[in-house]
Amino acid sequence: MNLLNIFKELEKVDPEFNERISPRRAAIKNMAGFGTKVALAAVPVALGSLLTKAYGQTQPTDVNGILNFALTLEYLEAEFYTMGVSAHGTLLAGTPAIGALTVIRDDENKHVAFLRSAIGATAVAKPNFDFTAGGTFPNPFLPTNYDVFLALAQAFEDTGVRAYKGQAPNLMGNKTVLAAALGIHSVEARHASHIRQMRKARGASTTKPWITGNDRGGIPAAAQAVYNGEELDTQAGARITGIAADGITITSAAATESFDEPLTYAEAFSIAKLFIK
Amino acid sequence: MTKETLKPGPEMLEEKDAGISNLSRRNFLGYAGASASLLLFGAACKKNDSGLDLGSGDIGILNYAFALEQLEAAFYIKVASSFYTGATTDERALLTDIRDHEVAHREFFRAALGGSAIPNLEADFSSIDFTNRTSVLATAKAFEDLGVSAYNGAGPLLQSATYLTLAGKIVSVEARHAALIRDLISNGSFVGTDVVNPANGIEYARTPNEVLAIAGTYIKTKINASNLPS
Repeated sequence: MNLLNIFKELEKVDPEFNERISPRRAAIKNMAGFGTKVALAAVPVALGSLLTKAYGQTQPTDVNGILNFALTLEYLEAEFYTMGVSAHGTLLAGTPAIGALTVIRDDENKHVAFLRSAIGATAVAKPNFDFTAGGTFPNPFLPTNYDVFLALAQAFEDTGVRAYKGQAPNLMGNKTVLAAALGIHSVEARHASHIRQMRKARGASTTKPWITGNDRGGIPAAAQAVYNGEELDTQAGARITGIAADGITITSAAATESFDEPLTYAEAFSIAKLFIK
Repeated sequence: MTKETLKPGPEMLEEKDAGISNLSRRNFLGYAGASASLLLFGAACKKNDSGLDLGSGDIGILNYAFALEQLEAAFYIKVASSFYTGATTDERALLTDIRDHEVAHREFFRAALGGSAIPNLEADFSSIDFTNRTSVLATAKAFEDLGVSAYNGAGPLLQSATYLTLAGKIVSVEARHAALIRDLISNGSFVGTDVVNPANGIEYARTPNEVLAIAGTYIKTKINASNLPS
């Protein structure tokens, strides 16, 4: 592992990278000088926090920066479904489920290809993922953990919907890119709807195709950040709960289901980061 | 606007005053001042041989969305008032949820637009057999897919980031509806190649004129979108 070369590569795609992490870069340089096993063992942790520092906290201001963030999310989904279709394919052979998961896998791979092409030379490389989030979740690719796989799929799709929504206003300066992002955004919502129905069919009986309040639908608590904020029921100053028309009164549940809420860059990244090694 | 007010018909997308009593009538669009509001109101309600004018700029786009939400809400209100033959408990619950979402969207736009809102439109559902599952779900699919493509096409036409976010909050819910309805018709058809480009996995968008040409089958009121941004 040559960290200094990695930094040089990162500088090529992100000229400000060095500037942002320079104090820590100096620390790594010093650490590299030790050449001890202890220092090397500490490197993955240090590198992880450096990358988080560099890409996790600050909303990118340029279109390619935003698209690289979207690409990272798509890499995550694409690899997740690719591994899932492979892992659960035997168990699910001949069922509608494997057909649907294959369709979604292909969509996510197409999104990756599209974004890489749109970004061009500065497209980020695929990170290494850990879909247990460091042991927080059971291995979703074990045959006995198919429901964990579906729970994570739901979390990833709903995160994708919220993350694209959050970035749309930052793409208004480029109508072509905005149009493409909106076109991916609604596909992620279609995926989310279907995955939620699949979970319902598997026994998550209260799960709906839409998000009610900030309910994570039985997904482990570690995924709560995916749903925080979805309980909002006031839109542009108008309270949706309690609207009465045509003999219908909008409940709090319906009010929150009617509007999906955006995630900020930092919120979405902090969710994705859990699964990036 | 007496002459321009549409006569309520049997399928009138009817406004109930109570429907907005709990909503803030504050015109958050930022047009303070009664005279400005009156002018906008006049413009929004202008109806002549070329049809009901949606208006221009972001207001026009919001009225365009309001028109589509009126159509969807009226449709699902009728669906849920007497379900088609053989509707399961699950289907009834899902379609009732969707009805409530569309009513929430419609009333949200009504409140948001305030004095700039177009009046209630008159629907024409004569081509739909509400007792027949196939007919109802086919229409629901058409409306939901149309709605998603409409919002996707309208997003880049908006000038205000606030409105773009609001449209984004709604379109993903419409996409959730669309996927569910498609799956009710044929499980696994949630991202068909008729709505998502198979080459890149990106959903198709439609321009307002394309959308209104399709929606026109179900709306008696003639709509003039010629002042919308393009």
